[in-house]
Amino acid sequence: MISMTPRKHIPLSLTLLTPAIAIFLTLAVGAGIFGILGFSPLGSLYTFFVAPISRPDQIGDLFVKACPLIITATGLVFCFRANVWNIGAEGQLVFGAIFSGWVALSFPDWPAITLMPAMVIASIIGGICWAMIPALLKVRFNTNEILVSLMLTYVAALFIDWLVRGPWRDPMSFGFPLTKMYSDAGLIHRIDVPFVGGLGQLHWGVVGALLLATAGSFVLSRTILGFQIKVMGDAPRAGRFAGFKPHLVTIGVMAIAGGAAGLAGMVEVSASMGQLQPNVSFGYGFTAIIVAFLARLNPIGVIFAGLIVALAELGGDYAQIALGMPKVVTGVFKGILLFMLLAGETFNRYHITWRRPAVMPVSKEQ
Amino acid sequence: MKTKTTLSFGAVATAASLALSALVGFTTVTAANAADKVKVGFVYLTTPGDHGWTYAHEVARQDVEKHFGNKVETTFVENVPEGPDSARVIRELAKQGNDIIFTTSFGYMDHTIKVAKEFPNVKFEHITGYKRSPNVATGNIRFYEGRYVQGVVAGLMTKSNKIGYLASFPIPEVIQGINAFGIGLRSVNPKAEVSVIWVNSWYDPVKEADAAKVHIAEGADILAQHTDSPAMLQTAQKAGVHGFGQSSDMKAFAPKAQLFSSVNNWGPYYISKVQQMMDGKWSTGDGPDHWAGNTWVGMADDYLVLSPFENMPADVAKAAAQAAADIKSGKNKIFTGPIKDNAGKLRVPAGKTLNDGELFQTLDYYVDGISGKIPG
Repeated sequence: MISMTPRKHIPLSLTLLTPAIAIFLTLAVGAGIFGILGFSPLGSLYTFFVAPISRPDQIGDLFVKACPLIITATGLVFCFRANVWNIGAEGQLVFGAIFSGWVALSFPDWPAITLMPAMVIASIIGGICWAMIPALLKVRFNTNEILVSLMLTYVAALFIDWLVRGPWRDPMSFGFPLTKMYSDAGLIHRIDVPFVGGLGQLHWGVVGALLLATAGSFVLSRTILGFQIKVMGDAPRAGRFAGFKPHLVTIGVMAIAGGAAGLAGMVEVSASMGQLQPNVSFGYGFTAIIVAFLARLNPIGVIFAGLIVALAELGGDYAQIALGMPKVVTGVFKGILLFMLLAGETFNRYHITWRRPAVMPVSKEQ
Repeated sequence: MKTKTTLSFGAVATAASLALSALVGFTTVTAANAADKVKVGFVYLTTPGDHGWTYAHEVARQDVEKHFGNKVETTFVENVPEGPDSARVIRELAKQGNDIIFTTSFGYMDHTIKVAKEFPNVKFEHITGYKRSPNVATGNIRFYEGRYVQGVVAGLMTKSNKIGYLASFPIPEVIQGINAFGIGLRSVNPKAEVSVIWVNSWYDPVKEADAAKVHIAEGADILAQHTDSPAMLQTAQKAGVHGFGQSSDMKAFAPKAQLFSSVNNWGPYYISKVQQMMDGKWSTGDGPDHWAGNTWVGMADDYLVLSPFENMPADVAKAAAQAAADIKSGKNKIFTGPIKDNAGKLRVPAGKTLNDGELFQTLDYYVDGISGKIPG
């Protein structure tokens, strides 16, 4: 009989080792799948994970792809640490894009120095607004935030769809569902690296993402707020005895996650699209959940996890070009990775032993 | 045509990548003898498994391979979303030495234009768009011609006088199709009405089937679609009603329900453009009118092909064949006045035919025979 007993103390080495083992097992299983599909296993792994980042511009593109994932996942870490299951970052991201889009389209004549901060603030407010619906419903009526936040994702997608087809459609777009282009001041520009020029599509939003993850790490590990969040997640009863307000923590982490997701929406649109369109997010809000867990709910880890998941996406496209491998393989990779991580998490938290079924113990009180 | 054959591996390769590449000898990425081949890249919105839009492009890609044999090397990338990812994929195809790249969905337009600027020596072919640049040409099919014939058949076949239409997005191409259908319908049947459901997706079999069920529940006995999956026809077959297939012949999915399919035949276009490329004669065909430079052809050039007329009486099939022949010969230009909108207002006076630009810019109404109004 297998018995699982919770570990009293999880050593740091195990915490760091688990994602590494999960990635290794994912690669091993992936190589097996490549073999079954009739591709050279090692060659495929090379094409999938090394070839896509073998030129400087490709490394820039890797960071660009990871950018919305890092921003969104940093916010989600706060939620998940507090045991608040916000699955709707995708919708919050869309609302960030909508709010900042409204600013960009309404004030195209503003200079960048005022327009850009206004857009950033608007996007954060937009994401927070959308996140507050599940947060307040949970606090007030004890609704399930998983369901509410997930369902609101679809409402958000339909709302932006309506906006760009209806009131916000560019009259000069021949009926195509696109808004006007943002003015130049509303665009996030590419980084000109000295002597090299542009590094792929690397833009200033990536710098923001790295700073945000670093700041997130600081808040979580060095402030009272971060401490409250962790306590409420790990030991809510203890937190209540300490006088922490569980409702406030719930609202706080939802606001952080919503604001971050909203910001990711603004960055993605301003840096890569330049206008609103029916689709502004391609599952970033959902993929960010994988990123947050791959990072072991650590904001600095999010940077690396975001890059790894982004690499899997890039590799999927690259493997199609180079090997004619179907795109679904990317999804399979992400699925295996999440599975391995969650399995690893279980082994981490529990001590697993194999022992013979014992005779039913007789209680002494009888 | 010389092409760049290898990637600059190792330029910035890390120690790990070197170790791994030493293991596998990186033989997989590009064929060594690609230098004398013309490399042709394709970007697909969904997967050839949609049996509709992307499938038709995949058939055309295979036509290119068959026609040129080992003179070409083709590559496709599927499931590319119409966002920043498409720019990255198009750019990567260009960097991999593709000489001509076909981007096969409207939403790739701005990304194609953007990437094309970075690769002035690569030719780009954007399908269904309206923006061009010195190395971006646009190609499109007059899909609406097939829909006129569908309207004729629907008008003759319907008993309930209720036609159900599944539409994707209210963009000009789709509005053209709905209105051409309505004009064809009215040419044979003064009473039938078309009701349109917007699925808001090009490819969503579940939603398409649901919308088809709604149409059937409301009494429609003929269904038409401007979405990509065979789900509508499958639903029609189960309910014992008829419908038209889209983009590719969908007979296999609903042999009893399909009246005919409008089949997109991109092969000749792709082959002619690759040939131009090989001969050094590739051009965007810029004309004086914004739209005139497009390659925009239809049934006359067999870019749009109607599959055999089936599941209909002989006289209906005959009328359909006649309608198709009149379009092919240029006798029927479809958008010729008098055209009234569905509120009764005269939109195109008798004797006037809408030109290509007007087809894109002035159709903000439904013609007589279509109920409701265009969303947005």
